Amino acid sequence: MSLTTRRSRMAAATLAAITAVGGLAACGNDDDTPAEGEKPAKLVVDTFGEMGYDELVKQYEKETGIKIELRKTAQLGEYRPKLVRYLATGKGAADVTALEEGILNEFKANPRNWADLTPLVSSEIADDYLPWKWELGKAPDGRLIGLPTDVGSLAVCYRKDLFEAAGLPTERDAVAALWPDWNGFHQTGQKYKQATGKAFVDSITAVSNGVLFQQGTDLFYDKENNIIADSSPAVKAAWETATSMVDISAKASTWSPEWSGGFKQGTFAATFCPSWMLGIVADNSGEANKGKWDVAAVPGGGGNWGGSWLAVPEQSKYPEEAAKLAEFLTNATSQVEAFKAKGPLPTNLEALKDEAFLSYTNEYFSNAPTGKIFGESVAKIEPVHLGPKHQAVKENAFEPAMRAFENGQASKDKAWEQFTKDAQTQGAF
Amino acid sequence: MSLSATTAPPSPAAPPPDTSSRRRRGYLFNRLDLKYSPYLYIAPFFLIFGTFGLYPMLRTAWMSLHDWDMIGDHTFIGLENYRELVTDEYFWNALINTFGIFALSTIPQLLMALFLANLLNQTLLRAKTFFRMAIFVPNVVSVAAVAIVFGMLFQRDFGLFNWLLSLVGVDQIDWRAQEWSSWTAIATMVNWRWTGYNTLILLAGMQAIPKDLYEAAAIDGASQWRQFWQITLPMLKPTFIFVVILSTIGGMQLFTEPLLFANGSIIGGNQREYQTLAMYMYEKGIYNLSTAGYGAAVAWAIFMIIVLVSLINFVLVRRAAK
Repeated sequence: MSLTTRRSRMAAATLAAITAVGGLAACGNDDDTPAEGEKPAKLVVDTFGEMGYDELVKQYEKETGIKIELRKTAQLGEYRPKLVRYLATGKGAADVTALEEGILNEFKANPRNWADLTPLVSSEIADDYLPWKWELGKAPDGRLIGLPTDVGSLAVCYRKDLFEAAGLPTERDAVAALWPDWNGFHQTGQKYKQATGKAFVDSITAVSNGVLFQQGTDLFYDKENNIIADSSPAVKAAWETATSMVDISAKASTWSPEWSGGFKQGTFAATFCPSWMLGIVADNSGEANKGKWDVAAVPGGGGNWGGSWLAVPEQSKYPEEAAKLAEFLTNATSQVEAFKAKGPLPTNLEALKDEAFLSYTNEYFSNAPTGKIFGESVAKIEPVHLGPKHQAVKENAFEPAMRAFENGQASKDKAWEQFTKDAQTQGAF
Repeated sequence: MSLSATTAPPSPAAPPPDTSSRRRRGYLFNRLDLKYSPYLYIAPFFLIFGTFGLYPMLRTAWMSLHDWDMIGDHTFIGLENYRELVTDEYFWNALINTFGIFALSTIPQLLMALFLANLLNQTLLRAKTFFRMAIFVPNVVSVAAVAIVFGMLFQRDFGLFNWLLSLVGVDQIDWRAQEWSSWTAIATMVNWRWTGYNTLILLAGMQAIPKDLYEAAAIDGASQWRQFWQITLPMLKPTFIFVVILSTIGGMQLFTEPLLFANGSIIGGNQREYQTLAMYMYEKGIYNLSTAGYGAAVAWAIFMIIVLVSLINFVLVRRAAK
């Protein structure tokens, strides 16, 4: 063997060893617990969608000298698996973590992953928020795991030009007067269809969403978290109301390509809008349709779709400082600022009475006073109890069954059967 | 894991005063080098395989024996998950869907690939390199982009395919509402992406067939068609079976296309018309946090199905080789 080949072999061996050892060292654990009362150099905040915290975080940095890293994830669908990984492996979670109502419920089932905020925040703030929203932030064992951020109170977005073509009123109060209840909404839709031959509302699942949250009683679970999907009056009411409207539906389920394409094509003239949906309606409809949309009150009043809380994971090294930051981000002034920045609707009672909030108008939607409309709608939201797998039951059992009926794939009875059967497996925990 | 024993050979570079000890050390190093270096060279593969292949597999097997909550408790329940799986209607539904889409994508795809490979193999064809590269292009496109674009083409209200069908008087089809139509749509995506890839592999196989066989056949008066059947196809069998195995593994793991076709709904269609096995595994193991153990059992079932199908292929290969 020549010297050169031996050298190169040794070099290769060393390289291999370095790679191997380096790879192992990278998995090392740096477990440095901070001393009691020590001030953190940095806090991490995890949010999804647009919560409007960019400026607020900068302000907090200036006031306290603590550096804040704001990690934003666009979609909840990507956000949830990441969060699950952090919790399952016990590392990586942000100090302040936003939880959406759908995922909050399932995380409540294992409350020990979250710090109890009760001793960490000032005791008076409990009365600052919508009472039901505050209560939902508590786990079954009583610990407070989330501070309320926003709420998704419902309104109806409607196309003024299409309403006019069908001979319907276009002014938002007159439109709201067309549908004091769901029956009125159905009749308006039928009138519209008669005049134009086109569908009125995007889908019956959108209708069911509205009805479901107006019932003010238990939905898929009772208070003891037993699945009551097949006997719950609220679910049955939503099912009956929604399925009756199949004749005015464009059968374009929310988020489908038919749905997002439908905004530009005018396949439907009305859809349900929580305040966070306004931006999505505007994006899907495009600049060409600016000023054609308007916002009116929802039939039956109230209703809720979405909304979030801020929580502190148990694995956070600075739970006290994290709780203070969460408290800051959810106080009245911050919530108004966030609403003005990106639209999440306040849950803080002070913020809901704030002049800046109430006088806010939305340019894209014909300058509709969205602050006032949504603000009034918030007061009418009926608190409901959502069980641990509410989101799974709704997404994977209730709505698919309803769509199967809507598309003519199953009779109404068969579809109901499909729902009640799937609700058992989807709802088990 | 300690590798230090094999990584610290005495350095021969130090200036030694005594040449005989230097020679002996050189000899020792040579022996160590011969004996252990090979292991060191292959170590990175085994480390990586162990970390990202073997460990997850064993861990999944362990999980599948538990009632495993991703962020909560784990209770040992033995083979209960597997017992439940055998009678799980939706598992069998996913299995049938997977095989249905697999058949609709693999059979036309391989026939098409065979046809195209034969065309590209013609001696008279001009601009060969251009065609060979062009046919591979779909495979380079990201699978998500393919699924999103095809999802729009197969849209019910404004989709291109429905528009084309309407020109010949066929009614609007809701592609996502039946099994046959959704399977066809998903199989189309798979075919579009993988036909070119398989064509190239088959083409390589065809070019390895000795030319003198064709010349001899031509002298004996065999037609082009006859040559294809009697020479190309039999000689191509091993390549063909390789392609089938690759398609099988891909087909059993089909996930992104049906998921995006369903607008991200993990149950794949209102009545699970096109939920594949991989989607069912995801639904149970990852979407639903409290049934991770059951999801792990589904993962192992998929693994065993792939092993089974590969074994069948293996038997076919041995037959073909005889």
